[in-house]
Amino acid sequence: MEIINDYGFILIVVAAVVGFLMAWGVGANDVANAMGTSVGSKALTIKQAVFIAMVFEFAGAYLAGGEVTSTIRKGIIDTAYFIDTPELLVFGMIAALFSAGIWLAVASYLGWPVSTTHSIIGAIVGFAAVGIGSEAVEWAKVGGIVGSWVVTPAISGFIAFLIFMSAQRLIFDTDNPFRNAKRYVPFYMAFAGFVMSLVTITKGLKHVGLHFTYVEACVFSVIIAILVSIVGRLYINRIKFDESLDRSMHFANVEKVFAILMIVTACCMAFAHGSNDVANAIGPLAAVVSVVNNHGEITAKATLDWWILPLGALGIVSGLALFGHRVIRTIGNGITHLTPSRGFAAELAAASTVVIASGTGLPISTTQTLVGAVLGVGMARGIAALNLGVVRNIVISWVVTLPAGAALSIVFFFMLKGIFAP
Amino acid sequence: MSTNSFLGVFAKSPLKPIEDHIDLVDQCTQLLAVFFQHVYQCDWISAEAVQQQISQLEKQADKVKRELRTNLPTGLFMPIQRQDILALITQQDKLANKAKDISGRIIGRQLQIPESLQESFNTYLLRCLDASTQAKNVINELDELLEAGFKGREVDLVERMIAQLDEIEDETDSLQIIMRSSLMKMESGMNPVDVMFLYNIIELVGGLADTAERIGARLELMLAG
Repeated sequence: MEIINDYGFILIVVAAVVGFLMAWGVGANDVANAMGTSVGSKALTIKQAVFIAMVFEFAGAYLAGGEVTSTIRKGIIDTAYFIDTPELLVFGMIAALFSAGIWLAVASYLGWPVSTTHSIIGAIVGFAAVGIGSEAVEWAKVGGIVGSWVVTPAISGFIAFLIFMSAQRLIFDTDNPFRNAKRYVPFYMAFAGFVMSLVTITKGLKHVGLHFTYVEACVFSVIIAILVSIVGRLYINRIKFDESLDRSMHFANVEKVFAILMIVTACCMAFAHGSNDVANAIGPLAAVVSVVNNHGEITAKATLDWWILPLGALGIVSGLALFGHRVIRTIGNGITHLTPSRGFAAELAAASTVVIASGTGLPISTTQTLVGAVLGVGMARGIAALNLGVVRNIVISWVVTLPAGAALSIVFFFMLKGIFAP
Repeated sequence: MSTNSFLGVFAKSPLKPIEDHIDLVDQCTQLLAVFFQHVYQCDWISAEAVQQQISQLEKQADKVKRELRTNLPTGLFMPIQRQDILALITQQDKLANKAKDISGRIIGRQLQIPESLQESFNTYLLRCLDASTQAKNVINELDELLEAGFKGREVDLVERMIAQLDEIEDETDSLQIIMRSSLMKMESGMNPVDVMFLYNIIELVGGLADTAERIGARLELMLAG
């Protein structure tokens, strides 16, 4: 107890710094995933992608980032075991942030695909299981989270398959693909806008002090969706359609329409990523802050301090700003034959899945929903070639990340314990 | 910060090299028209120069073929079967080989086409080259097929193109029969070995159309699977 009271402020500062670094890592590490398909299909330039990512990652993190945070903070471990020794919870959470951050840095340096979500969860489970005892871990919850890593890519793949098939049916396989693209693409835009705003309103705005009933939320979301599609339609109508192009080039014109849609889905993806992954950085931080502020009392229901979400959001955005360019530049030539019509289906599906899952509070991996979505489009015979070897590596990296994060966080946990509580 | 692996999921498209390959192959076969113009004139120096070009293009096509084969590992997830792609490129490759073969044999023997045969031979040759062009057009629909997800109207369109290719090949068969009978009528007054070679050339030129048709058939199998 006295450790908390003596060193409380220092612990908060340490946690905030490490949390910020972790958020920074999330921004730097995942930006390529969130924006990659848009840049790869040439719908966005690198500059535009970074700008969109900054705005929408921040918005997502700040407006809808609260839900998953609580799972990361209290769902994975049973806080009852820490009631007598709240400082252990504080050390553990700081250790988890440290280890996840370092693991991310190392893995990124080595070029391994890692999931920020996995590293933080591995780290929290690690310190709790070893530092306290395996009974302190809510294994059922962890099981659920791990299960969601299988289920969410599957759901995302399924949604992507459906979206892509609908685009084929409504647009590509018709007498006049271009006219139908102009007609139907705004509906996809509306769908993206609707999903995004609904989640923001129902899940996110409590901490800003706005409360809506479910019906109000739906009405607002519909209004926003309609606005998005109207703006989209205006942009689509500004496309210069080259009548002289022959039938095969019809698809080229269709892809131009999809490129505009892709800007909307890229915003949606960045938003979803921000809302989902900011929790990885600020969940543990929020836990530390609430313990210290309550003088060691672990309350069942703690509200997020006002400065925590913006800190995480800022961390993500600064990671983006500093590293975003470099990461996205590597994409440029990497993707061949990824057209906007494919990218949009994958992005919209992944973003919807992330957003729905964030609503349930499960921390899921953005990368995996994207991989699932891309495979879904591939199943619909929409992508020229997918490297299953890389998919396998990504799967292996999930499995490796958990124990790696755990091992590191155990080391840091005992180090912190040694420093503050000899 | 290194490249992010999620984007490594997207592999290089195999379709573009196939299209590049058929374009080269068709360029190569179309040169036969020019080549035979020189042969009719017995202008062996120019003919040899064109033969060199044909052989060069065939080599380039070979290079594209080999690159495609090395870049097509197992474990790629594609909308079409890997075996089909490999079989298709093999078939396309044969077309260029045949063109090189025909020009090589003519040059090797400095084989003259008898004047009375030249006109009908040229008609026959050009129709066979049309088959090659049609095969190229069919293969060039691959990226549109991919856009349309290998189904629907685009598939119907390609099926129709393949049917056209089959018709062209049929025509070349009947032209070949006419060629043979004209040659038979005059063969008694010619050098027997030359006659044998001429029969052989007629056969090989017909082979161009056959191979082109097989390329179409291969693609048809892809669309079915």
